[in-house]
Amino acid sequence: MNNLIGKKLTAGYGGVDIIKDINLEVNKGEIVVIVGPNGAGKSTAMKALLGMLSLTSGSVEYSNEEISSMLPQNRINLGLAFVPQTNNVFTGMTVEENLEMGGFLRDDDIIHTINDVYDLFPILKEKRNQSAGELSGGQRQQVAFGRALMTQPKILMLDEPTAGVSPIVMDELFSRIIEVRKTGVGILMVEQNAKQALAIADRGYVLVNGKNSREGTGEELLNNPEVRKSFLGG
Amino acid sequence: MMKFERYEWLAITIMISLFIFVGFIQGWSVSLVILNMCIISAIMTMGVNISWGYAGVINFGVMGFLAMGGLAAVLVSYPPIAESWQVGGRGLGISFALLVVLVIAVMYINKIVIQKRNRYILNSLIIFFGILIIRHFYLNATHNIEDINPAIAGFLGGLGLPIIFSWIVGGLFAAGVAFVIGKVALGLRSDYLAIVTLGISEIVVSVLKHEEWLSRGVKNVIGLKRPVPYEIDLQNADWFINLVTYLNSSKLNNIIDLGDRQQVLNNLIIDGSGIFVKLSYAILFLIVMLIIFYFANKAQLSPWGRMMRAIRDNETAANAMGKDVVKQHLIIFVIGAAIVGVAGAMLVTLDGLFTPSGYRPLRFTFIIWIMVIVGGSGNNLGAIFGGFVIWFAWIEAAPLTTFIINQLTVGLEPTNVLKLHLLNSVPYFRYLFMGLILLLILRYRPKGIIPEKVRHS
Amino acid sequence: MIDFLNSIIVLLNFIIIPGISYGSQLALGALGVTFVYAILRFANFAHGEIMSFGAMITILFTWFFQSQNIGLGILPTALLALPIGIIATIILCIISDKFVFQYYRYQKSVPVVLAMVSIGVMFVINAIIRIIIGTETIKFSDGQKFIMKAKQFKVMTGLNEGLALKSSQVITILITILLLTFTFWFLQKTKTGKSMRAFSDNEDLALLSGINPDRVVFTTWIIVGVLACVAGTLYGLDKSYKPIIYLNLVLPIFASAIVGGIGSPFGAVVGGYVIAFSEIMVTYAYKKFFVYLLPSSIEPTGLVQLLSTDYKFAVSFSILVIVLLIRPSGIFKGKVL
Repeated sequence: MNNLIGKKLTAGYGGVDIIKDINLEVNKGEIVVIVGPNGAGKSTAMKALLGMLSLTSGSVEYSNEEISSMLPQNRINLGLAFVPQTNNVFTGMTVEENLEMGGFLRDDDIIHTINDVYDLFPILKEKRNQSAGELSGGQRQQVAFGRALMTQPKILMLDEPTAGVSPIVMDELFSRIIEVRKTGVGILMVEQNAKQALAIADRGYVLVNGKNSREGTGEELLNNPEVRKSFLGG
Repeated sequence: MMKFERYEWLAITIMISLFIFVGFIQGWSVSLVILNMCIISAIMTMGVNISWGYAGVINFGVMGFLAMGGLAAVLVSYPPIAESWQVGGRGLGISFALLVVLVIAVMYINKIVIQKRNRYILNSLIIFFGILIIRHFYLNATHNIEDINPAIAGFLGGLGLPIIFSWIVGGLFAAGVAFVIGKVALGLRSDYLAIVTLGISEIVVSVLKHEEWLSRGVKNVIGLKRPVPYEIDLQNADWFINLVTYLNSSKLNNIIDLGDRQQVLNNLIIDGSGIFVKLSYAILFLIVMLIIFYFANKAQLSPWGRMMRAIRDNETAANAMGKDVVKQHLIIFVIGAAIVGVAGAMLVTLDGLFTPSGYRPLRFTFIIWIMVIVGGSGNNLGAIFGGFVIWFAWIEAAPLTTFIINQLTVGLEPTNVLKLHLLNSVPYFRYLFMGLILLLILRYRPKGIIPEKVRHS
Repeated sequence: MIDFLNSIIVLLNFIIIPGISYGSQLALGALGVTFVYAILRFANFAHGEIMSFGAMITILFTWFFQSQNIGLGILPTALLALPIGIIATIILCIISDKFVFQYYRYQKSVPVVLAMVSIGVMFVINAIIRIIIGTETIKFSDGQKFIMKAKQFKVMTGLNEGLALKSSQVITILITILLLTFTFWFLQKTKTGKSMRAFSDNEDLALLSGINPDRVVFTTWIIVGVLACVAGTLYGLDKSYKPIIYLNLVLPIFASAIVGGIGSPFGAVVGGYVIAFSEIMVTYAYKKFFVYLLPSSIEPTGLVQLLSTDYKFAVSFSILVIVLLIRPSGIFKGKVL
């Protein structure tokens, strides 16, 4: 059973708690979206799951194992992966090197995984020897995505994967995310483009002011009049 | 008015008792020599502390500014050498005028020629030929100057004014150089700035070392006039002899033999004259130190000081609030450098000679920085304390090391190779102490011994 | 034609060959500074002393081998002692990291604090070196001094000008080529090398990829130790060993690293040669060169020297200031390995 559960997470920066008693869960093969207004603590919640900030209280469990005090690097080893919103590629390295670095911890032959990533994002194969810093925003996002896939994660966390890309690229990225789900990976993402994200989501959480406000299937949330009114733009 | 905390009084007491201790153990003359250097170190440290402690602007150019202060002492106090002015004055004047013309020309071109490439080419051409022409006049003039009586002169000399004026002029010289450096380098991130200022101070020192017409270069300038009496004059002055006799009357009266008494009195007068001179320096220096200390503290407490701290603690925020950070940095860099310049002039005054090759940036810059960090950056009393304690440690490291080595190797024969080698290496142990002090302070008391007081305002 | 050849030989003998060998020494030094800057993110003022330490250990073992009559024939004995020097230097680097730098890294101190700390380390190493070996000038090159003497060259070619080729220069150049090739191969082709580049490029993302920072730092110090010891020993072989010179060497080395674009290894190497050549070219008296090249009617009368040799030291920093003014990020935009 590969599931990641956050129980009653309370965490923040410099003594100020941004999220309070939040519960989150991602299971194998499902897309879970966290939506909510700006400053609701969406990214913070995700970082708390990964251990990039320490918990004031609450716990994180992965496959029924308590991992609350584990370093982020070690959680990567367990099968979690994370794509930050910004600075998510090695700009001075080529696309292929970025992918290799993604597979840094693996001792087996990573060439197959690299090819899988190239199949998923054909443009990257074309630009494999170009340095990632020279790519367009959408292509960088694909590199970042591909880098995270290189660990062959069980749970993939994406922090606003479509921030700053054009609608066409966004659709493209979302369809890739669906493809990744088919391989059995659980995906947790924070999204500004809530409507489109909920449309592909199995489940969604709505965070408001650092607290769980609502949860349900993607469809339920999409059709909920209150959710629609507050931040899906009617 | 500022009030001292208890631990600050403790620090002051420690400083004073150190000198009394040395006075009793090694003699008052030694104690005063160390004290004078301590005061100068303290002033330098305050200078560095103002830019680093108040505003977080790093200044590794200390030696350059110190040397500029020293140059001021020479140029103010040395009697003018008329002959040199005759043979070289005109040429130097012409080359200086041409230099001004050149600078104006370049500025003018920058203004009217818009296209970048043309501007580059035009500027390079003008600078190249300009320098070629200037060099012609300049080299002629400097050669002529340097040829005049090279054994004792060979440079332009100074103004022949009392050397004490140079303490202000030295500050201005250093400020001028600091302004140019600041214009070029401020705005770089701190570790770049550290390296660049260090390098520029190296350039300043090498100019002073090699432009003999200005500073006599490596031939040094000696015999600068003192602001205090000379020992030999004191020894012949009636009031001084009377003073010494009066102070030691009980001791002298115990000696019955007249010849013996005269002998003892003569010795006392000779010792006393040396101490009197050093004491006069110490009093002059103390006055300067206290004046700077007073104003430095006042500035720190003023709204301007608060703004500087704001800039230091959060540059981006200060920038956003519309403070011109680079300009403020430049101001404080120049002020700090000026104070170091004052110390430089004082140092040359104390020594009575100017030796450009003695300013070795890589050697001494860091010692002054150790003073700042050990004392406590952002606290003026801390700066003084750091200056005192570190200079004291620097001087007393050798006797202390000898003592320790002798204790540790007490079982070894006096001819033992290891013991001899260690005793020969005594002078190098001070670097070890300096390094260890710095590392220990940075690790266990990173804010320094007397840390900056956090003022809530 | 003969005059032309003569003038070329003058340039070769007095500028190009000394420039390449001094440039190589600076390049290796600057590369070491660059590694520390790119991975540990501070300006390491102790680097000159680390070089000096490496050279000192090499000298001590050279003396030992000489006393045992172990040698390399025509090659200097120092080459035999060099590996021991390298190991000692690596140990020194790792000890100073464990006891000093590591603490501040874990504290996430700002770079300036680390630079100050490195000054403390500089003082300590400086003292250790002086206590062990003193401050005198030491010449420790043995074996065959010249590969070609000026006189031999004159006889061989019949030209007026001689071309001398010291074996220390050739050794410097060969070892530099070898070491640079290896370093760049390591960075570009090996997994560890790539992980170092990644770490230097984006530390957070490197952590997210599972790259172990302690291992990257450890490897960095090993490389720095090798580069520093080799640079220090080559400099000492070529000129002579004197502790104070190594203290001063840190300035042109920093200048090289920054001119090339700090944090960029390729830039550091180029910077080393730029600084070396400008130091030599600006202070060289070109009279002889022009005497050969120009007809006697317009021969120069002076020395044709841009700046007196006294300013040698100032040149590297003038170059640095000029580069920072025109192109603040250095010739090759720095910041990443």
